[in-house]
Amino acid sequence: MTNLDRFLDNFFNARIAAQWAPKILDGMGVTVLLAIAVIVAGLAAGLGLAVLRAMGVRVLNWAIIFIVDLFRALPPLVVIVLIFFGLPAIDIQLDGFWAAWLALSLILAAFAEEVFWAGITSVPKGQWEASRSLGLGFLVTFFLVVLPQAIRMVVPPLVNRTIAITKGTALASVVAVPEILGAAQSAVSHSFNATPLTMAAAAYLALFIPVVLAGRWIETRFAWKR
Amino acid sequence: MQDFIDGFFSLEILREASPILIQGLLQTLLLSAMVVPIGIAGGIILGIASTIRNPWLRLPIAAWVDLFRALPPLVLLVFVYAGLPFAGLEVNAWQAVAIGFFLNTGAYYGEIIRAGIESVPAGQAEAARALGLSRYHTMRLVVLPQAIRNVLPDLVSNTLEVVKLTSIASVVALPELLFQARQAQSVTYNATPIMAAAVAYFILLWPLVRVLSRLENKQMAGKR
Repeated sequence: MTNLDRFLDNFFNARIAAQWAPKILDGMGVTVLLAIAVIVAGLAAGLGLAVLRAMGVRVLNWAIIFIVDLFRALPPLVVIVLIFFGLPAIDIQLDGFWAAWLALSLILAAFAEEVFWAGITSVPKGQWEASRSLGLGFLVTFFLVVLPQAIRMVVPPLVNRTIAITKGTALASVVAVPEILGAAQSAVSHSFNATPLTMAAAAYLALFIPVVLAGRWIETRFAWKR
Repeated sequence: MQDFIDGFFSLEILREASPILIQGLLQTLLLSAMVVPIGIAGGIILGIASTIRNPWLRLPIAAWVDLFRALPPLVLLVFVYAGLPFAGLEVNAWQAVAIGFFLNTGAYYGEIIRAGIESVPAGQAEAARALGLSRYHTMRLVVLPQAIRNVLPDLVSNTLEVVKLTSIASVVALPELLFQARQAQSVTYNATPIMAAAVAYFILLWPLVRVLSRLENKQMAGKR
């Protein structure tokens, strides 16, 4: 067997690929589900925190800033491991999927709050004052005047951050979630062949290359002309 | 409440685990000191290369950058560590991490540096060339310093992410902070070591997060 044959046999083995394809496809389903759950919860919570912060209650704001800093400073894998292995100590047992979901949602919420907040503060004070003096309430001013202007500023950084955190779903394999990487790793240990890893890489590329390209497009689309 | 304190903040267990946690922390620092320069070096090369006008060079480089930005870092690391032995290349955990981080963080830094270089007006490079500076000196002395200043918040932000990302080295059994904390946790059946690791990461990285938050707010306000 030549070196090239051995390489192809180990990384692009059709028999093994056919055998494990269903498992990897199931893994893709889990990855997509986890990613969507994280994006929805994380962005909603981030926006909610930014709205709370805009109300300007000092003690509340300190609490929000601390939570945001906390989840920006902690590595995602550390948060996942802490939730998964730590919570049972106080009799709360989350399975791997929900532990990863909670950890990644908290992290995305922290980053999203920071980005939304930066966008909100970049809207000139005069917009608030004009709107309030026209008789609009706080919430109406916030949602109809300030937020639409802020969103435009924050789309590119928010998209990039969301993509980065969505890729963190692969970390769920550490707490035994059978998403793409987890499925591939167990397939490798059963088949003694690296083909499932090649399939996992291909599966991630199929999911994320369109997302990365879309992110690039959005970045140019929303860029402020200098 | 007592369960919570015993489960997460047991002083006794902290005392027992602290020697290996400190070892882990030192490994994490060492690892960061290795992968950040590797990533920046790769990023400068990719960043400069992606501003070359020749499409035969630029397109493969853009494809390379997108490829390694699309793959989750952990997938890349597992591929290198568990996959390369099948190709007859035995790599240890440190080598696997070095290769994985070079590919992944190099691509991220490259994208940031490319944006920085493109933000420097073309007149700067033209003026430098007209004054007789070589291409190399124009890039190193005129364009790069301005480029890096323009994207400083993104560079700091990415460096923070890279330091946090070193925690995935625990998956390939490199004895850094998270790995040691999980070892201690599995021996003691207690979450205190992981809590201690989280606190250590927070103390280490909080100042960077504060600085970054300021830089970002300034940048967003400046765009208006």
